[in-house]
Amino acid sequence: MAAETQIKNLTVNFGPQHPAAHGVLRMVMEMDGEVVERLDPHIGLLHRGTEKLIEYKTYLQAIPYFDRLDYVSPMSLEHAFVLGAEKLLGIQPPPRGQYVRTLFAEITRLTNHLFNVPALALDIGAMTPLLWACEQREIVMEFYERVCGARLHAAYFRVGGVHQDLPAGLTDDILEWAEKMPSFIDDIETLLNENRIFKQRTVDIGTVSADDALAWGFTGPMLRASGVPWDLRKAQPYDAYADMDFDIPIGKHGDVYSRYLVRVAEMRESLRIVKQSIEKMPDGPVMTEDGKVGPPSRGEMKRSMEALIHHFKLYTEGFHVPAGETYTAVEAPKGEFAVYLVSDGTNRPYRCKIRAPGFAHLQAMNFMCKGHMLADSVSVLGSIDPVFGEIDR
Amino acid sequence: MNQALEDLGDYIAGHLSEELDGHAVAYDELMVTGRPDSLLKLMRFLRDDSQCLFKSLVDVCGVDYPEREQRFEVVYNLLSVSHNQRIRVKVPVGENDSVPSVTPLFPTAEWFERETWDLYGVYFSDHPDLRRILTDYGFEGHPLRKDFPLTGHVEVRYDDEQQRVVYEPVHLTQEYRTFDFLSPWEGMTRQLPGDEKAEEGES
Repeated sequence: MAAETQIKNLTVNFGPQHPAAHGVLRMVMEMDGEVVERLDPHIGLLHRGTEKLIEYKTYLQAIPYFDRLDYVSPMSLEHAFVLGAEKLLGIQPPPRGQYVRTLFAEITRLTNHLFNVPALALDIGAMTPLLWACEQREIVMEFYERVCGARLHAAYFRVGGVHQDLPAGLTDDILEWAEKMPSFIDDIETLLNENRIFKQRTVDIGTVSADDALAWGFTGPMLRASGVPWDLRKAQPYDAYADMDFDIPIGKHGDVYSRYLVRVAEMRESLRIVKQSIEKMPDGPVMTEDGKVGPPSRGEMKRSMEALIHHFKLYTEGFHVPAGETYTAVEAPKGEFAVYLVSDGTNRPYRCKIRAPGFAHLQAMNFMCKGHMLADSVSVLGSIDPVFGEIDR
Repeated sequence: MNQALEDLGDYIAGHLSEELDGHAVAYDELMVTGRPDSLLKLMRFLRDDSQCLFKSLVDVCGVDYPEREQRFEVVYNLLSVSHNQRIRVKVPVGENDSVPSVTPLFPTAEWFERETWDLYGVYFSDHPDLRRILTDYGFEGHPLRKDFPLTGHVEVRYDDEQQRVVYEPVHLTQEYRTFDFLSPWEGMTRQLPGDEKAEEGES
């Protein structure tokens, strides 16, 4: 045998079913010993053709597809589509509708981070945070259920407002929960912030500079962790965000640990918005009064012929959206989620491109993991917060 | 906001009159139309010029217009964090033409262009790795084209005898039905026939 043996790079197949993959992700990794040389994510295993299906559905029928994209934060995604359609229609929801949407967009951000932060910890070996957070998440799911009847697939945000007004007593329960929530976030932080194992696995792992983050199309917590104070809720406010007082937490190092800290800090800011939107919430209708877009009330339908006709037409033919195109983005919990909507003047979208934040983030896996150990790729993946419903569409 | 966008559009058109086929502002969004052969120059200008600084390419997608001579449109959405502006670049492209890849300027374009290739069949020249991305391994056709049927061409099932998943032509027990709810009367349009007379009367 020769004194020097050439060792060939080893190719490791990670996934498609792997507990740390957060879904169905296959990664082909070229390894030099324990070090990742090249990493090629194969996505599309959950591709369901959402964009194609939406082209064959009316605007109202398209909304439930958005819940099924990022199933961890369903309402934020409906938000982008609904805002896009409203822009083309040239309507604005009534103030109360805007506040209810803001409230639930923030509650959705909390549920998303409540799941992602401990899931990252679980990937690294800490099991407790996930179990604790799921208990809290369950409370939020009940708020969802009370407002729209479904725990996950809400279909609550509609073009022109929201489907129904909040049931009696819900705001009091949300406020009560929002009072208790900070102490829960403290608990999570005491478990993780100074935890030696957690820090060894996250500090200086997958570091991305601000310039690289922009070039790779990072948005949301991923971009903010790299030190860019960019948040669409502040920069291009939609709905009631302009009236809210909140801060944008940013990280300094752009590593996995900063992303974790940014997400935890965002949860606290979200709670501030939740409280403010309840306190400032005006009275009035939650759905636009425009009869060509918003459905009539049940009571009205029993008496008015006009209302009955409108109801029938809205739920069969649907409303027509004037021809035009728009790129409308919202600050979803994972980053900039946007809908590029092209309308040809009929009742169905001509094209509905869904811009998922996770798609751009996952693409940078190779860039972030190169030179790291195999085990680090798992914590980098966890910090991206991938949900394959939205990445594969 | 709108005036700033108009000014920015005029500024870009002033510097790159050769490369642009027009610019417009609609719904508070700025849109410019480019050409495949000068796309890289346009994108570099948008990225590096101090008035633009569109450093982040947030989205690339295709749109299919079968009735047009140049069938596809590749749409690039850019974001300028420093100026808090967005711009949309549209490039019309024929079925057999190619678009230069913008991956040298924006590394994030790689997957977005792969996706556009996968779903529409728009070819990106000089792309480092133009493989399919969202569809199945060995998939044929480009599913988001308007002439691709919604039901697709093949379906899969697990075959007990062969002990593996097999591909078969789609078999539907009931034909896919599209209900065309578009009514012959303009019931759901904003302006009903005759409305324009009322407006004339008012003014």
